[in-house]
Amino acid sequence: MIAVLKRLWNHGIATIPKEELLQLGDGVHGESSEVRSIEQRLPLVIKKVFGRSLHIRQVDSGSCNGCEFEITALMNPVYDIQRFGIDFVASPRHADMLLVTGGVTRNLEEALQKTYEAMASPKMLVAVGACACGEGILGPTYANLGGVDKIFPVSVYVPGCPPRPQAILEGILRAIERAHEVK
Amino acid sequence: MKTTVVKSSRHELANVCLNVLHQQGRFITMVASDEVERGLDRFVVRYLFAIEGKTEIVLVESVIPQDDPTYASVSSWLPSASWAEREAFDLFGLRALGHPDLRSLVLHEHWPEGVYPLRKGYAVTQTQPRDVSRAWTYPMVEGEGVFEVPVGPIHAGVIEPGHFRFQVMGDSVLHAEAKLFYTHRGIEKRSEGMGMTQGLQLAERICGVCSVSHALSYAQAIESIAHTEVPRRAKFLRVLLAEMERLYNHVGDIGNMCAGIGFAYGINHGARLKEQLMQMQDRIVGHRFLRGSIALGGVASDISGEKFTIIKTTMQQVQVQLTEIVEQILSHDIVIHRFSKTGILSEGVARELSVVGPSARASHCDIDVRRDLPYAAYDELSFAVPTLEEGDVLARFKQRYLEAQQSFQLIEQVMKRIPQGDICVPIGELPPYSYGIGITESARGENVHFVMIGEGHKIDRYRVRSASYANWPAVPFTIPGNIIPDFPLINKSFELCYACCDR
Repeated sequence: MIAVLKRLWNHGIATIPKEELLQLGDGVHGESSEVRSIEQRLPLVIKKVFGRSLHIRQVDSGSCNGCEFEITALMNPVYDIQRFGIDFVASPRHADMLLVTGGVTRNLEEALQKTYEAMASPKMLVAVGACACGEGILGPTYANLGGVDKIFPVSVYVPGCPPRPQAILEGILRAIERAHEVK
Repeated sequence: MKTTVVKSSRHELANVCLNVLHQQGRFITMVASDEVERGLDRFVVRYLFAIEGKTEIVLVESVIPQDDPTYASVSSWLPSASWAEREAFDLFGLRALGHPDLRSLVLHEHWPEGVYPLRKGYAVTQTQPRDVSRAWTYPMVEGEGVFEVPVGPIHAGVIEPGHFRFQVMGDSVLHAEAKLFYTHRGIEKRSEGMGMTQGLQLAERICGVCSVSHALSYAQAIESIAHTEVPRRAKFLRVLLAEMERLYNHVGDIGNMCAGIGFAYGINHGARLKEQLMQMQDRIVGHRFLRGSIALGGVASDISGEKFTIIKTTMQQVQVQLTEIVEQILSHDIVIHRFSKTGILSEGVARELSVVGPSARASHCDIDVRRDLPYAAYDELSFAVPTLEEGDVLARFKQRYLEAQQSFQLIEQVMKRIPQGDICVPIGELPPYSYGIGITESARGENVHFVMIGEGHKIDRYRVRSASYANWPAVPFTIPGNIIPDFPLINKSFELCYACCDR
């Protein structure tokens, strides 16, 4: 036990301070002067609208697994978005937001439909990655619709193949800001 | 890599394959194609075998006419070919006579019968109405006290979709069935008509986390058609990129396997180290998943000097910490209790089903295409291929750690011994209707790409057999006898990708 604690002490803290979280990764924002730290935005958005916690259900509608890895990365000790009250839940009935990756395959359309219907309103949907946004290299095929907005309204599109974790977080924040006009 | 082609009539196909198998052949995959545009009548099936102890691939090839699209199946005695033959029936309408189980595989039951999207003349964007009359059928165990537990396709976590049915007696699983191909996107059809470079971009996106391996398999297939010799420096850099990819996958999986038992220490440290490796990759090639790093005829950008220093420092840190973490994880009684003797993949099943990669090596199958069919600069570098005997979750955990150690020392060797020179050469002439095969070892096993060129340097047929495609059929065999809560753990211990299996 002492050995474990000693090692933990030596490794230090891996988590990025919240002031710096959204500033990582060049080119995520476009206009960097407008960037407000997550510290400034979270009280306005999550705390006010959702009583301090935002629950997200993620659905893979036919992605290559890259976007899933980046979404999972948001929960690793480096980004650790759970400290802001954002968490991923198992049931769509518990979710405030749906994060969809992939361009909706024919084989998954029904499952996505059921997930969407099970969510409580307002059904905020964030399309993550080029496939979900509809501009991926794959596009529509006999087995793939080619974009989530072909069947559901999308609040925010997060481009990238796959988008960086910071960009996904930015997309999540923008979706709630937009939906509730808290700016 | 030498390629020998054996032509056979479609009725003799099974016998010829049996002969190859008796000459120490290991089945890799079967590729079906529609070659009507080059004047053939009309379909071709090609069975690929690797010959043990030789750097040789044997292709058994047979033409199948349009008016009677049938051929002799090999699946009853070569079960690893079963999926490929089912897929050829789904996508091309080629009926394997004597196949024990020709149910739909890639196209689910809602796809109308008698419509074959990979035939030439079927437009890539042409969709079909949903057929609601057919339902999924599968073998199941019935009886008093037997219950069925359905899981998926959408799971509780942030993971890929697949559907499982468990027949259970109490907590113990009697029988497990997997229904996959939910993420079938039609990548192979989409690639037809694409140029060579666009094909490379598509290849990188078959699987999110094996981008380098898939891109390399594709590039090697094209280079073998064009007889292009990749510069030596590029070969070393390809090894560097491939090992960086293996490493971040193995490190992530070591942590992820702890998620199967809710062991937070392992999950978080694994995730932290993986993030460190991915941030390093971002600094080295500009992409966290190393996309865009492989080019046709070499690599896209040079890595040297300062970047080597970054790699060296990161590797030293990660190697020390990984060893510490693995020691900590394995010193925990509960971990050992849950990992050991769970989800055993016997050597017999692994060989019968042609399982590949770390899962095969943890079940005492000594195969690794980096050594057996060497590519890039692997024949100039020294590395060991560790194998274990137990075949349980614990063995697959240790296997990843042992392989990560080899990756650390391979990366070090590359940085020490890399020669100066060009990093990319233009690829040569690509004669129409010639084909090439590219095989590379990813973190999950060998990724096999078959590319046939059509007119005007465009792809005519592209078939991808990923490591996950080879390994998935073996997973349901490892579940019976275990309890249901062990399924996520067993599944994670194989760490198979759905996306590159389904395509």
